Amino acid sequence: MAQTKAEHIIELRGIKKIYQVGDQEVAALAGVDLNIDQGEFAALMGPSGSGKSTLMNILGCLDRPTVGSYKLDGDEVANLSDDDLALTRNRRIGFVFQNFNLLSRISAAENVALPLVYAGVSRREREEKSRKVLASVGLSDRADHQPNELSGGQRQRVAIARALVNDPHIIMADEPTGNLDTKSTKEIMEIFEGLHESGRTIILVTHEPEIAACASRQLLVRDGRITRDAGKGEKMDVV
Amino acid sequence: MGMFYESVSIALKALLSNKMRSILTMLGIIIGVGAVIAMVSVGMGVTQNVTNSIASLGSNMLIIRPGASMSGGLRGSAGSRTTLKYADAIAIKKKVKDIDYVSPTASSSYQVVYGNQNWNTEVQGVTPEFMAIRDLTVGAGSFITENELATRERVAVIGTTVSTNLFGEENPVGKVIRINNQPFRVIGVLESKGQSSVGQDQDDVVIIPLTTAMDRLLGINYVRMINVQVSSQDKMDAVQADIESLLRQRHHLIGKKENDFQVQNLTSLMTTLNETTTMLTLFLGSIAAISLLVGGIGIMNIMMVSVTERTREIGIRKALGATFKNIMTQFLIESVVIGVIGGLIGIAFGVGVAFAISKFGSFNTVITAAPILLSFTFSVGIGLFFGIYPARKAALLDPIEALRYE
Repeated sequence: MAQTKAEHIIELRGIKKIYQVGDQEVAALAGVDLNIDQGEFAALMGPSGSGKSTLMNILGCLDRPTVGSYKLDGDEVANLSDDDLALTRNRRIGFVFQNFNLLSRISAAENVALPLVYAGVSRREREEKSRKVLASVGLSDRADHQPNELSGGQRQRVAIARALVNDPHIIMADEPTGNLDTKSTKEIMEIFEGLHESGRTIILVTHEPEIAACASRQLLVRDGRITRDAGKGEKMDVV
Repeated sequence: MGMFYESVSIALKALLSNKMRSILTMLGIIIGVGAVIAMVSVGMGVTQNVTNSIASLGSNMLIIRPGASMSGGLRGSAGSRTTLKYADAIAIKKKVKDIDYVSPTASSSYQVVYGNQNWNTEVQGVTPEFMAIRDLTVGAGSFITENELATRERVAVIGTTVSTNLFGEENPVGKVIRINNQPFRVIGVLESKGQSSVGQDQDDVVIIPLTTAMDRLLGINYVRMINVQVSSQDKMDAVQADIESLLRQRHHLIGKKENDFQVQNLTSLMTTLNETTTMLTLFLGSIAAISLLVGGIGIMNIMMVSVTERTREIGIRKALGATFKNIMTQFLIESVVIGVIGGLIGIAFGVGVAFAISKFGSFNTVITAAPILLSFTFSVGIGLFFGIYPARKAALLDPIEALRYE
């Protein structure tokens, strides 16, 4: 796993995201301060429209804040260029989406290898690495199947393997169990807990309290601010 | 380099996974490139036909004919005057510079008889220089000599068509034929030249000394035509002017008096005709090029659809770390590959059509490297040019928006 150098792997100071709607300014994020440490498993909760997706996008370097400072492992990323953001997403962040977001025309192994393509890793090394990571999520026998030949739970495991393949600092999961049945949800959450135990930093967006309860830290977002910051096991009502 | 290779591989996979659409998109380029090559080959075929038919008359040629006769205000047909003499030809040869050969001729149609065979053909009275100016070769025997010309000898050199019709398998050299009831000894047989480009049998001819033809056969004191071969093309105009002033002087034409002869310049005729056929080639080629352009717009159209359809894919790739350049290259290569493959198939198609035209049409086509290279380069360029806008559109997509796209 990548060695971190900063005290907090994520450090947000006064993050605001303001959208111009007509002649009105709407603040999706109204000033967020947040530290997340190496190895934390944080759940972001909040009703829809609370700003948790915007926060997630900024944390994931898919979007830039309007104002504020975002230090990822000590490096300021709030003002990076598009290309540098792409590089940051590629090397430091692994994404897991609610609807899996796998490319349908290529095999599971090729999907897992995608971030390595953009990291400039050779074909042979990609093949080797992607199969190894697929094995770690229990899918070695499914490596050559296309996504449409896999079950929802298996697809999400492929997506997790893809998030892990470039050995990122942080795993960002946006409602990863939203489209899954109870059994698959349990399997996926076990994988996340396993990753947490092995020391990975995980940020997980969910609106289900049972899922959030697996995390070591629960953050409630409301009206563009973090309104509660609680430890593991504390029951938190979203509404 | 590695990244470029990856982009090529991604682009090829995308094209292969949508075979029907890729082929239909290529079809526009295939037809465009094919049409350019086929049309230009037809145009160049026409040019070659024209050039050949003029070149068969000899290069750097000036043809002098007598003008139209005038009697009591009535003008006769061109060439009906009797003012052009054998002495004029000799004077031209002697006094005008930069001339290779001068060949005066007088000819008429006669029945030629050998034994119980007869044949109607053109009898041409010529000087020995005729052989060089017409690029003739004697297969058996010899050509007319200066000596025979001076003594008005009754000797004849015959073409292969005449030989076959009168003598069959027999060797004609040394035999005596009768032209207009006068005996002529055959001294040579010309090597076959085949048909001229306008379909005339060039072997259907009997050649005799000019003096014999004028004095003994036709009973005239003038020649029908003088062919002059100029030593180089850039001297043509000067030689033409010299000949005109010499003949005016010899024919006592003073002041504004009209020429009683005319000098034709085959090279300037060829230049004019070449200009015309080149225009024709360009015209045909540019019509075909328009279809190539339409094919290019087809590429752009499909690439736009493809970008919209793959918005989510682009979003995923961007989320996983693809840069503007990565996405741009991926889509540009797709459209360039369409141009390259379409161009290659189009070359095969166009060359095939050109061959078919020359084989099944009564028309020869000329295929050269230039239109092939040009239209191929053009098709690749079109792939690139019409790919830029869609590729840029793809590369500029906002990853968040793209991921949300259903």
